[in-house]
Amino acid sequence: MTKATISLNVNGQTLETQAEPRELLIHVLREQLEITGPHIGCETSHCGACTVEIDGRSVKSCTLFAVQAQGTEITTIEGLGDPDKLHVLQEKFKEHHGLQCGFCTPGMITRAHRLLIENPNPTEEEVRFGISGNLCRCTGYQNIVKAIMAAASELNQTEVA
Amino acid sequence: MIPGRFDYHQPDSLSAALTLLNDLGDDARVIAGGHSLIPMMKLRLAMPEHLVDLKAITDLKHITVRDGVISIGAMTTQAELIASAELTLAAPIVRETALQIADPQIRYQGTIGGNVANGDPGNDMPALMQCLDAEFQLSGLDGQRTVKARDFYEAAYFTARDDLEILTEVTFPTCSGGYAYEKQKRKIGDYATAAAAVLLTRGADGSCSHASIALTNLADTPIFCEDASSGLMSAGVDDASIAAAVTSCIDIIDPVDDNRGPAAFKKHAAGIVLKSAIDTAWSRA
Repeated sequence: MTKATISLNVNGQTLETQAEPRELLIHVLREQLEITGPHIGCETSHCGACTVEIDGRSVKSCTLFAVQAQGTEITTIEGLGDPDKLHVLQEKFKEHHGLQCGFCTPGMITRAHRLLIENPNPTEEEVRFGISGNLCRCTGYQNIVKAIMAAASELNQTEVA
Repeated sequence: MIPGRFDYHQPDSLSAALTLLNDLGDDARVIAGGHSLIPMMKLRLAMPEHLVDLKAITDLKHITVRDGVISIGAMTTQAELIASAELTLAAPIVRETALQIADPQIRYQGTIGGNVANGDPGNDMPALMQCLDAEFQLSGLDGQRTVKARDFYEAAYFTARDDLEILTEVTFPTCSGGYAYEKQKRKIGDYATAAAAVLLTRGADGSCSHASIALTNLADTPIFCEDASSGLMSAGVDDASIAAAVTSCIDIIDPVDDNRGPAAFKKHAAGIVLKSAIDTAWSRA
């Protein structure tokens, strides 16, 4: 049960740490690498607050051992934007009041980011289906969906221009 | 929610994985997408001392359609099934089913092999595989064997797979007729309260030349409804034969009372989803 050396590329930076095989990725990210954007909500694969992107897939990092992520490229909310230069999704969540308490927001935006890469021009129904693995207990989802639709529209305009 | 201690192994070939399983014996478990096993380990309902992860075995990830036969490697994820245009053309019911499994994040991780091999009555792919009359390829150190999906499930979490075998591939014929997978669930991400997989082919004369029905989470195994299937083929598809097929299926299921409702409610729900699936499949046939 010795610790394994785990090398991860997180938000463009190669990070190395030691973890027991039983340590979940979310715990290693938050407690060892101090990447605290992904949250621990339910810790039972339901709520999606811990969503990160791993090699182009949205993954609930509470349901993956860190050792399984060895050698992968991971994007978290920290890799999408920062307070001085928000990502379009972050701008739109702010503008459309797509959050209240904010606990689900990092997972929600990280998931929406992948959704818009795979489907740059989604219908409202596709957005709702695409974020169905992320729970929000405040907003009722309306403004989250509006924010994602607005982000899609702005990203598409930017691309045309 | 910290699992018990274990050693992690990531073999890069099937033979290495089989050798590991053989050497480690009962203390080892195979892990695929992990979305059934890891939650059980977090609850310490499963406490394997060794995990043998199949993710590095590239031979187990493929979708091929050739000469009317579809072969899918066990480590192919639900998201990959959904994204495969070739598979959707050859057997659209697979995509329709996969889209109703769990949620997007889980579909990126969850695999067809894990879904069919785990033996969880709540999983959706086992009934689909019975409906498609699929075959499962099992590999052990002594060689390979094939088991039909309709013979694979013995009881909840008990299957024809030996602990030292790995399920490597599922194969089934392409299907050109009508299809439907209908699932009643409480919310996205939930297992089925009741679900039905239906394939129907309309003959040139309007008769039903092929019918196949299987049900999810209505007994401790998936249920292939042989009598209902042959009944539709001999009687054709009309209101009376659909009602007879539904009655025949409800007679052979054995749901249990749980947090998805009492058994009587599940039988009621099964009748509704099955009728709806037959109607949809026939309208597409």
